[in-house]
Amino acid sequence: MSSLRVLWAGWVTHFKIVSRSPFAIGVGATWPIVNATLAYFMYQAGGSPQTLLYASLGSAVAGIWSMAALDASGAIQRQRFWGTLELLVAAPVKFALVLLPMTIAIASVGIYCLATTLVWGRLVYGIPLPLEHPLAFVLAVPATLVSVGVLGFALCMLLVRFRAASHIGNSLEYPVWLASGLLFPIAVLPAWTHPISWSLATTWGMRALLHGSLGGPVWLDLGMCALLTVVYGAIGVAILDRFLDAARRSATLSLT
Amino acid sequence: MSNNARIFFVGGVIAYRALFNWLNPWIFVPTLVVAPIFQVLFFAFLGRSAGLESDRFYVIGNALQIAALPGLFAMTFAISGERWSQTLSPLLASPANRAAVFLGRALPVVANAAFVCVVAFVAGALILRVHIAPGAIPALAVVIAVTSISCTGFGFICGPLGLRWRDAIIAVNLLDAVLLIFCGVNIPIDSLPGWMQAVSEYLPVTHGLRAARRVADGAALGDVSGLILAELAIGLTYAGVGFAWLRHLELVARRGATLENS
Repeated sequence: MSSLRVLWAGWVTHFKIVSRSPFAIGVGATWPIVNATLAYFMYQAGGSPQTLLYASLGSAVAGIWSMAALDASGAIQRQRFWGTLELLVAAPVKFALVLLPMTIAIASVGIYCLATTLVWGRLVYGIPLPLEHPLAFVLAVPATLVSVGVLGFALCMLLVRFRAASHIGNSLEYPVWLASGLLFPIAVLPAWTHPISWSLATTWGMRALLHGSLGGPVWLDLGMCALLTVVYGAIGVAILDRFLDAARRSATLSLT
Repeated sequence: MSNNARIFFVGGVIAYRALFNWLNPWIFVPTLVVAPIFQVLFFAFLGRSAGLESDRFYVIGNALQIAALPGLFAMTFAISGERWSQTLSPLLASPANRAAVFLGRALPVVANAAFVCVVAFVAGALILRVHIAPGAIPALAVVIAVTSISCTGFGFICGPLGLRWRDAIIAVNLLDAVLLIFCGVNIPIDSLPGWMQAVSEYLPVTHGLRAARRVADGAALGDVSGLILAELAIGLTYAGVGFAWLRHLELVARRGATLENS
């Protein structure tokens, strides 16, 4: 119960912090609109206007991933920079429970991306949002945010040794957009890339939103989001334990 | 070497190295090599899915637009970075020639923009098997150099924002997005609404991109000289306006003692 309380309190605190960041809101809410606009123009000019909803939802998920890639990947480095890392590590609660809500909160700011792209699509291009499975669609939103947030946590752990983690994370923005089929179906990509696509929460989150809206095997997508959340979480926690152990032994926790 | 030339060259190189944390490859490579290549691939596959244009259209379009990435961001950080490292006041209190200080910072950025552009172009062409006739390469090199200059000139508009606005990086992202949408990078300009087409004529990249696509289609450098000159003129105009604005804001900041406000 206390673990859940730590997760919830951490998420609320960090969601408020990130929501007040002009950069996160300014850039995070703008780029999905840019991507959506580009996709709208390209699909319309290419004679496929029926795919506009796809572009709209894809741009939103792209925005969620951008937040995670840029901000979550450097979560530990940021605490180190603020001088709060030692305090958090020394707290009498597992450090993973402190770090997880941070990265999930960062991805959760992607809710603004979803809202802005859907409103933009509706107002400017008249794109409706059909809800074939309303309950599943509503569930798909937090499922996507959490799974992408936990992917950000795993990424943060994979890059924990790098001082330039957020720059490396930032460079993964386009590769994941590309592999996840956010603005075009993954069938367009070479077959060898498909396993990469299936291992990404963004792929299944996008499908869950799309199938929740237009109909399709949405529960499979939600199940995959849940499964990947567990897998990413396990990978992240395993690396985090090793990192903390090594940092404590060599007294390098606060070194930048 | 005269003082101004020393400030121009040595100061420019030092500022450029600082921009990438003393040329740390873990910052440079992901930001200016990996991300641009994947931008080309992403829009090429989006274009395939939309059935709009050939891969060549997207390779040329995105490779040239990527020149704006170092141009816009580096020129903004030329001011914001000084503020961040608390060296802005000493820099502006120095009696150094401002043109030498800031134009010196632009020179390595132009070279960097051209490098990033070439990397994205070559990688995109190789991965997507886009053929460019070898005879077109010298003319393309000229177009890339001129577009890099004009994008860096456009970046001069962003630099002064750092004197007035703590989050100038937001405006830079918006300007980068404007170039991506308006300049015919991924959407043929004639598919855009009329007002967007009109705006695109006054932005960098648009004319350079037209020239690059015509050269890739077999046109000679002389055939696109008008476009190249227009691209250069636009970039130099932005640079001039940006520099004058920077001087004005510097004076305002001195009067209001707001230089270090962040």
